[in-house]
Amino acid sequence: MHHTFDPNKTITATIDGLTVSVPEGTTILEAAKKAGIIIPTLCHHPDLGVRAVCRICLVAVKGQRRFKTSCNTVLCDGDVVNTNTPEIREARKTVLELILSNHPQDCLKCERNGNCELQDLAKQYNVLEIPFASTHQALPIEEDNPAIVRDMSKCIKCGRCVESCQVVQEVAAINTSCRSTKYGVTTAFNKPLSASTCVYCGQCIAVCPVGALYEKDDTEKVWTALSNPDMHVVVQTAPAVRVALGEEFGLAPGSIETGKMVAALRRLGFDKIFDTNFTADLTIVEEGNELLDRIENGGKLPVLTSCSPGWINYIEQFYPELIPHVSSCKSPQQMFGALAKTYYAKKSGIPAEKIYVVSLMPCTAKKYECTRPEMRSSGYQDVDTVLTTRELGKMIKLAGINYEKLENEDYDAPFGISTGAAVIFGASGGVMEAALRTAHELVTGESLANLDFIPVRGLEGIKEAEVELAGKKLKIAVASSLSKAKVLMEMIKNGTCCYHFIEIMACPGGCIGGGGQPFGTTSEVLQKRLAAVYEIDKNSELRMSHKNPAINTLYEEFLGKPLSHKAHELLHTSYQQQDRG
Amino acid sequence: MSKIVKLISANCGKIRPDSVEDYLNSGGYAALKKAFTMEPLQIIEEVKKAKLLGRGGAAYPAGSKWEQLYEIEEFPKYIVCNADEGEPGTFKDKLLMEQDPLRVIEGMTIAGYVFNSHDGYIYIRGEYRGLQKIFQAAIDNAKKEGFLGENILNTGFSYNIHIMTGAGAYVCGENSALLNSIEGKAGRPRIKPPHLAEVGLFLMPTLVNNVESFANIPTIVNEGGEKYLSYGTADSGGTKLICLSGHIKNRGVFEVPFGVTLRDIIDDPELGGGMAGGRKLKFFHLGGQSGPCGSPEQLDTVYCCRAMRNAGLSVGSGAVVVLDESVCVIDYLKKVTEFFIHESCGKCVPCREGNKQLYLILDKLSKGEATENDLALMKRLSRVMAKSSFCGLGQAASTALDSCLKHFSSEFEAHLNKQCPAGVCFTKKESGE
Repeated sequence: MHHTFDPNKTITATIDGLTVSVPEGTTILEAAKKAGIIIPTLCHHPDLGVRAVCRICLVAVKGQRRFKTSCNTVLCDGDVVNTNTPEIREARKTVLELILSNHPQDCLKCERNGNCELQDLAKQYNVLEIPFASTHQALPIEEDNPAIVRDMSKCIKCGRCVESCQVVQEVAAINTSCRSTKYGVTTAFNKPLSASTCVYCGQCIAVCPVGALYEKDDTEKVWTALSNPDMHVVVQTAPAVRVALGEEFGLAPGSIETGKMVAALRRLGFDKIFDTNFTADLTIVEEGNELLDRIENGGKLPVLTSCSPGWINYIEQFYPELIPHVSSCKSPQQMFGALAKTYYAKKSGIPAEKIYVVSLMPCTAKKYECTRPEMRSSGYQDVDTVLTTRELGKMIKLAGINYEKLENEDYDAPFGISTGAAVIFGASGGVMEAALRTAHELVTGESLANLDFIPVRGLEGIKEAEVELAGKKLKIAVASSLSKAKVLMEMIKNGTCCYHFIEIMACPGGCIGGGGQPFGTTSEVLQKRLAAVYEIDKNSELRMSHKNPAINTLYEEFLGKPLSHKAHELLHTSYQQQDRG
Repeated sequence: MSKIVKLISANCGKIRPDSVEDYLNSGGYAALKKAFTMEPLQIIEEVKKAKLLGRGGAAYPAGSKWEQLYEIEEFPKYIVCNADEGEPGTFKDKLLMEQDPLRVIEGMTIAGYVFNSHDGYIYIRGEYRGLQKIFQAAIDNAKKEGFLGENILNTGFSYNIHIMTGAGAYVCGENSALLNSIEGKAGRPRIKPPHLAEVGLFLMPTLVNNVESFANIPTIVNEGGEKYLSYGTADSGGTKLICLSGHIKNRGVFEVPFGVTLRDIIDDPELGGGMAGGRKLKFFHLGGQSGPCGSPEQLDTVYCCRAMRNAGLSVGSGAVVVLDESVCVIDYLKKVTEFFIHESCGKCVPCREGNKQLYLILDKLSKGEATENDLALMKRLSRVMAKSSFCGLGQAASTALDSCLKHFSSEFEAHLNKQCPAGVCFTKKESGE
């Protein structure tokens, strides 16, 4: 198509008097970064398409009449760029003041107070007063759904959420609409999110630089339950939270925080600290058997995984005709909820109505999932409340727990025992890898020598592999992000899909990149969380789900065998077409 | 000597606009026939020699634009005619489309031949709904007579023109926003680069020219680039359609050669004919709302792109809005800014938020509530908007304000002291007292 850059060619230019050599095609923003110059950005996000609308990253390029936005302007050989002239400082500060003139400026009462890109810039640019008149108009806060809150009066119209929803997810629940003073981000016909195609994945929240988008805060519900002496409050922790929670306390991404997280939860007053990893192992046993059953008995293939509620919302709306492919297994969160209020209730002698189940999730769609009418197998809402990683961070801080000083603690029995196969659920490809480890033994009766399925690991959007299973070739694929899921769904629809088993996660990179994870997630951060997940797996004593002794006890004591009637009643479900948008 | 030269408006009002027969009888389609005997590069060479500067407002050399597109070896290429004539005070494309559409069609067809393009689009602004029928009839008739469609004049060249329409957004006159609108997307400008010659309509190489620019192509092909150039000045070839409006005797569209003076345009009896209403000229606004305002001291400036630019003025779209002493500069600028608030696409901060703030400060001035600080802030804002906005709309939104600050600084000062020399502002307050 148009002029393409040769990344093998090096160009040399001057930025703020420094000589910079970078591959051809490098933007001024990136080149400056290499030279140790930080250019401010707002609408730019390293993993999203460039919009160049906030105009904060302006620089002066010699010979150019106007300032250039460094986020999209490619550095050319011989360019002389200045990023810190009086004119540039004036322009950037003016742009900033203009944004602030149409902003509520109520930082103290804002969800993002202390963690806001706009606030940071205001500090950096020494904004002490705003010379422009306020043109801000209050708008109603939209919280009609269980997962995502939209406060459009805080929106700075950077469009990052739109890029995420339209390009990364191809859900297109939101878009920019109208013109001039009315320009903003809306759903189609400005309907509430619950009447849009929104799948509640929360990727819009993850990229919002300000407090315009955030999860529905459920911490108060949990505090109430915790302080109710009649309630037995249990918590389950999703695999991806432990490798991200540290970021809430200033630790490097990828810090493994399992022990401290458990300790913090115990300090908060939870009666039992359990692990969603336990039901992740259970999912593998159930789903592995379901897969083998479908292959042997001519069932619907490929089997599509069902752990990711954003993905379930997506297929229900966008590909309802493919629902029969979806595994009937509930997500680990919902399996846990159902067991907590049945098996655990029986075992502990606490009546189900006295058990309050909290889930700690990297996810916003989980908040919606737990409210689904199907998710009441115990006779009660199986999971009462879902907290995101960010919300747990808030609770730990509010409780005055000095996170740094916490000592590692262990999970409680019986749902605290899990395997390395379960923890890798947190990363894209993990469910597949865990399933393959178990399926191999189910089919051959022999344990695998090498448990690592490298081709399904990593952040690539679509991964595929072929594995030998008792002489049969099993073709598998893994997709993360819904735009990538769409590619595979189209293949199934048009008959070009050759896979037997497909794992799909709604968020890029899987749950480590979930919409409820600490702010500031980029692919760089994801890489570190990813490495931590596999580190935990590598160091696990048990690395195959079916070897989890607590799972075997569960079957012996309660469920009978995989896919039994009881298992179906509690651990499986079905999905229906949804026409919201 | 007459200041009027009719190269492209000669047929207007003289022929039935959708009649191919009338058009042929007045010399129409001779250029297309001639073009078919020429190599595309020869035609581009003539356009270059003609020094045809884009007539939409930016005055970009059409020959260079054509040459750049020609060098791109990717097909299909598209020809797009920008007929989103949205600059207030501009109505010259309307005249051509209404009264001599076949000239525009012929120009677009020659461009189609040059770039071996098979589809041309004309994007006509929503407000020109009525005129679209005439234009469509002209297309249909040209097709019937073999000047459009399959195998034009048995040359083997096939070309169609499609009419597209907007919903009245001024910003769709910006070429990349226009292409988005044709594609069915929101009419907001695209990030450039890539340039439209590389990645244009439907992501393919695209030529976008103004109606008047295309209307000049048949003349250039017929008479040759050198001859065409000789009608104008050394830098600005040919003639320009100008649109006179405001406090002037003769309002309407006139075709003048580049090289006349602004005084000629306003005072010549065959052109503006002087001020209407007996009041003195205060200023004139050139090229639309995005253009600069000029003062009477600049009347002897030669009307050509270079001289105007050197004088801080601009030909722009060809609009000449003439304003007399009854007009208050502040009040006028408020109207201009209101226009840009209404028409900003809203996506970039300096334009979306800046125009609102400019208006608020002008409003304070008009109410006698502004201070020196406000004036300084306004100047800063104008500076930043011009250098930092995403597209031409925001970059040019404060052009009129800037020029007025230069020519009428005393009037701004007067408003700081609650005085309006034109007697427009504060009158209500006075009568209330």
